[in-house]
Amino acid sequence: MTNAWTDIKNTDLVVIMGGNAAEAHPCGFKWVTEAKANRGAKLIVVDPRYTRSASVADFYAPIRQGTDIAFLLGLINYCILNDKIQWDYAKAYTNISYLVKDGFAYKDGLFTGYDPVKRDYDKSTWDYQVGPDGYVLADETLQHPRCVWNLLKEHVSIYTPEMVERICGTPKEKFLKVASMIAETSSKTKTMTSMYALGWTQHSKGSQNIRTMAMLQLLLGNIGVRGGGMNALRGHSNIQGLTDIGLMSNLIPGYLNLATDKEKDFATYMSTRGFKPLRPTQMSYWQNYKKFFVSFQKAMFGDAAKPENDFAYDYLPKLDVPSYDMLRMFELMHNGKINGYICQGFNPLLAAPNRKKLTEAFSKLKFMVTMDPLETETSRFWENHGEHNDVDTASIQTEVYQLPTTCFAEEEGALVNSGRWLQWHWAGGSPPGEAKHDTWIMAQIFLRMKKLYQAEGGAFPDPIMNLTWNYHDANEPEPEELAKELNGYAVADVKDPADATKTLVAAGKQLSGFGQLQDDGSTACGCWIYSGCFTEAGNIMAKRDNSDPEDVGLFPKWAFSWPANRRILYNRASADITGKAWDPSRKIIEWDGAKWAGYDVPDIAPTAKPDVVGPFIMNPEGTARLFARGTMREGPFPVHYEPFEAPIKNVIAPGIRGNPVVRVFKDDAEQFGNSDEFPLAATSYRLTEHFHYWTKHNRVNAALQPEFFVEISYELADEKGVKAGDWVRVWSKRGSIKAKAVVTRRIRPLICDGKKVHVVGIPLHWGFTGAARKGFGPNTLTPFVGDANSDTPEFKAWLVNLEKTDGPAVS
Amino acid sequence: MSTTEDVVTQPGDAVEPGRPVTVHRYTAAARVNHWITAVSLVLLALSGLALFHPSLFFLTNLFGGGQTTRAIHPWIGVVLFFSFSLLFIRFWRANLWRREDTQWSKQITDVIGGHEERLPELGKYNAGQKLVFWSMTLLILTLIITGLAMWDQYFGEYLAIEPKRIAALIHALCAFTIICVWIVHVYAAIWVKGTFSAMTSGKVTGGWAWRHHRKWLRKLAQHPTR
Amino acid sequence: MAYVTPHTASANPPTKGPAAVGDMNEGDLIRRSATSNLPAPTRQLEPVAKLIDVSKCIGCKACQSACIEWNDTKPGVEHNVGVYENPHDLTPDMYTLMRFSEWINPETDNLEWLIRKDGCMHCADPGCLKACPAPGAIVQYSNGIVDFVHENCIGCGYCVKGCPFNIPRISKDEHKAHKCTLCSDRVAVGQGPACAKACPTHAIMFGTKEDMKKHAAGRIADLKARGYSNAGLYDPQGVGGTHVMYVLHHNDKPNIYSNLPADPKISPIVNVWKGATKVVGLAAIGLAAAAGVLHGIFGNPNRVHEEEEAQAEQLVDRGVH
Repeated sequence: MTNAWTDIKNTDLVVIMGGNAAEAHPCGFKWVTEAKANRGAKLIVVDPRYTRSASVADFYAPIRQGTDIAFLLGLINYCILNDKIQWDYAKAYTNISYLVKDGFAYKDGLFTGYDPVKRDYDKSTWDYQVGPDGYVLADETLQHPRCVWNLLKEHVSIYTPEMVERICGTPKEKFLKVASMIAETSSKTKTMTSMYALGWTQHSKGSQNIRTMAMLQLLLGNIGVRGGGMNALRGHSNIQGLTDIGLMSNLIPGYLNLATDKEKDFATYMSTRGFKPLRPTQMSYWQNYKKFFVSFQKAMFGDAAKPENDFAYDYLPKLDVPSYDMLRMFELMHNGKINGYICQGFNPLLAAPNRKKLTEAFSKLKFMVTMDPLETETSRFWENHGEHNDVDTASIQTEVYQLPTTCFAEEEGALVNSGRWLQWHWAGGSPPGEAKHDTWIMAQIFLRMKKLYQAEGGAFPDPIMNLTWNYHDANEPEPEELAKELNGYAVADVKDPADATKTLVAAGKQLSGFGQLQDDGSTACGCWIYSGCFTEAGNIMAKRDNSDPEDVGLFPKWAFSWPANRRILYNRASADITGKAWDPSRKIIEWDGAKWAGYDVPDIAPTAKPDVVGPFIMNPEGTARLFARGTMREGPFPVHYEPFEAPIKNVIAPGIRGNPVVRVFKDDAEQFGNSDEFPLAATSYRLTEHFHYWTKHNRVNAALQPEFFVEISYELADEKGVKAGDWVRVWSKRGSIKAKAVVTRRIRPLICDGKKVHVVGIPLHWGFTGAARKGFGPNTLTPFVGDANSDTPEFKAWLVNLEKTDGPAVS
Repeated sequence: MSTTEDVVTQPGDAVEPGRPVTVHRYTAAARVNHWITAVSLVLLALSGLALFHPSLFFLTNLFGGGQTTRAIHPWIGVVLFFSFSLLFIRFWRANLWRREDTQWSKQITDVIGGHEERLPELGKYNAGQKLVFWSMTLLILTLIITGLAMWDQYFGEYLAIEPKRIAALIHALCAFTIICVWIVHVYAAIWVKGTFSAMTSGKVTGGWAWRHHRKWLRKLAQHPTR
Repeated sequence: MAYVTPHTASANPPTKGPAAVGDMNEGDLIRRSATSNLPAPTRQLEPVAKLIDVSKCIGCKACQSACIEWNDTKPGVEHNVGVYENPHDLTPDMYTLMRFSEWINPETDNLEWLIRKDGCMHCADPGCLKACPAPGAIVQYSNGIVDFVHENCIGCGYCVKGCPFNIPRISKDEHKAHKCTLCSDRVAVGQGPACAKACPTHAIMFGTKEDMKKHAAGRIADLKARGYSNAGLYDPQGVGGTHVMYVLHHNDKPNIYSNLPADPKISPIVNVWKGATKVVGLAAIGLAAAAGVLHGIFGNPNRVHEEEEAQAEQLVDRGVH
């Protein structure tokens, strides 16, 4: 989230698209209710299904799953044609006026530089024209044919309301109603918030879905303002924390990235980071990259990280592929390339695509360790449960170790919510039976491995031997110790650069924020964006002061919001070029002549003059990007691509299947189904009554939604001779499941490119363990393919067929 | 003097010469059947009234409290129904309406006044007894049907609430009616002296039969048994 | 190192009912089932109400789970029968239930998914209490809460027949009537009902009936501004008003909300059953008994005379010989 949950109460228009906040985030949804009840805000829901969110919406428009980009580019086109742009904002705070290289072009769904064999682009033309001074060229009049504005206008011009209807199945008048409501927020005194979740991310072009809405929000001037923003509703209580801490194969904490094989030494690594400003006087905050990285290395390796060894740069692994994401890992496992698998807090047998492939992959392992508070399906993948898990147990030789862990309510620590708040919590109960904290288990694994290295040596033991492990109880680091390490501390006295006689932070003291980080090894910090969460003043995450000066909805003394306790990112953009709030009633910070001051921590140097430094300080331009340069794999502008399994051909680029730069493994490509065999468009989702695969273990939740079902329209039910409550079989190229049928008016067939498209909705909460009735998950059916930028699997749009059947044999 | 050819008698009905004459009116089986029915009806009245009127709720103590009263009442109803069904099979033929019953009914003031001598000669039952018999039949049938409709413990899900409400109302109305009929029945047995023994020993005197059911007596006298 | 002492939020979301009233007891009763001589209450409690804003409800069933947890009931894990209602109806273990209806608005041709939280309405004139034959099994407090007192309940199911909303359910195992208590135990100590506390969108509010009506008026104005010209408060006067009220977008058509009755009142059949029948029935019995007594005292005795015995002997002798 750029903003906070609590800030949603400040909005005028909520657009829920690519999510279902009422269903999946009912507690956060209360802020939508607040905005509606107290501000008269309107709510728009765009979704293939009439959802629980839609039930309280002012307007609902249907859309075929996987066509959001066409819809959103249609909205941008509408705003351009109807001059609904927040011009002062767009001109000053985006790259709308920058000139793009002459070689850059778009044709038939592809940009310049495409290589169909590599399924990748040569992105050298995807950049700005640079002047002799090294700065980007711009045309403030927006007349230049190569400026971003004119390229964008041209790019979106094909996404007319008629084209939107043809691709998305959204009736033209409904699209126009949505467009007119959204366009109103181009006013300086109106804002719109975008609330999205896995309905946008779980597509083969998930990142571009989000980016397209971000572009629209920038054109409307809704980023950085109260009640605006791009608000990702995270699917797990701490999935925000997971990405922050860098639990991705290609990241290290704080969104720093791991070196690749090509970056043999630290200097090479740093040469492509720490960007120089692209426009005069800009901050380009990533110039501090080295401070963050060195401090991370100091936190990891202590005294072993020193200038002489490039701060132990070689201790970190180097990537030989772009990432070892979960799809690649399971592919390798399936190919017999992986022997052991430690599966911590994860239930991939239900949570990863193509369950048959997963079962085969797990069966090839020598050992699997699961760490979970619950009896997961993954830990029981070898156990026969009749139709619900039809495996030949005797033929599976994988040794499975189940390590029971504690659940969130039995442990202390911080969870990071969607709004980037690190909220400390305390254990509410003692762990049952043999359950142990994850920290204890991991400490045991580490200490035993270290002992082995000590005794037996081995190849390059240095990172293990030198890992900082100075915890009070080496067997079980305490949450507060870990938090203090993440916050960072001074290794040596940190001197004031202006006056060397002054000590800013004495050795051993906690840092007060990432502004104190140094690149000379005098500071250590586990995760730079968390710096400030546990200072000398104590555990800031544990603060529970719910005061909210002037009811602005920021609650600055409640917990800690990264970065720097900032509640609204890019908040400098809430004020105009002179530093005055666009909307005085929605002021966040303003320039008082000498500094920025207001309700929130300024997202800019407090003394950076308003007409000099741009608000988007993480970009070397200082502005936000409507033209993304080479940062997105598909191209600088979003393009409508169909899902890999789509009921119709891509009408704007008929030769392209799916997203042209997505990585597809060979076996998986052969398992894509076509619409003649699988004519129904399926999508998967969560229900309010359950949380993923956890709450089916709970008697109350199980009673409230006891049994697996699929949702279909009356029209499809009639075609298939199905009545509500009947058993149906649903199958794709990869598997087959049985479910009860819920027949509903909330799903209607859509007319796309002249063809009637039926939607089948498949919720995801059932498996073969727990208190609820045994059932299946959508992942038995879904394709093994992910997003081009993040590799998030395409769970939201694929093809199936459906027929009436008898119930599964009881197992 | 009327003919006796069409007078209905029942197995066990017989006269025994003597001073006075003894008339066998009810067999032991019939008496047991009657008393089971009678006891059931009384228990049903008591438990039913307890559940019907707050001022009579104390009667639930007779049955061990409200819960047991509620539980036992319908089961007694089932007993009553089957027990009465047997009585019905025994007695229905003797309770068919006859011409003299109409005449008897027209002279109801003579009946109440005790002027038996002015009334026509009758078979085994008079019109009043027949009315009690047929009322009981109809009421018990209605009570068992409405009772089942209200018996939520076993049949709760088969009916909507509105029919249940109607059933409850009809059940209550029938219950009061049957209690009234019962009062008439019991009072008549008390008032008409010599009647009670019919249901205890099964016997009445010849004089009783001569006075109240002369036709029946005449028929039996044609074939005295002992 | 100086530590910041953490404070715990007092309530989330804060549900503020009227002040704690202490134990609600016999002295607070204004009605008691099958009891005619109830003494006047010793004090008057402020009337309370739960307001269910259907237009804010997202059907998440948090109210159902809070109800299960607070009342420690054990609803079973049933089957899916093709609908979202689970359990499929109110049960002795499920005092409140989200009911879902899919309604096409004929004026706009748009689908509306109407989600209503069903449960006891706490009528000012409670039909259950009227129908109940067990003294003290159903009581009404002066704040409007209608509560079932299980130790007095005999499990007869008359409350089910008396209720205009089809709410009470009789448990099969212990044979007691169950329904929402409006969390009388929580209200007694100044807390709102568990469902209101759990509701994430504040679609369930709790407070004095006066305050809830005021709050509803604001909500209705908002709904009217959004084009729901028939928005209104459901506080049906046929049962004297209720202490559970709904804000409905279509108050002119309560029936579309899973058959919420448009004009609920105690069924006339129940009124006759529990009114006139009581009097007429007992009177009839009394009259019949009195007539017998009078006849017994003043009427001629009906005895068999000696000559009748003689006649019978003659008759029998004739037959024998």
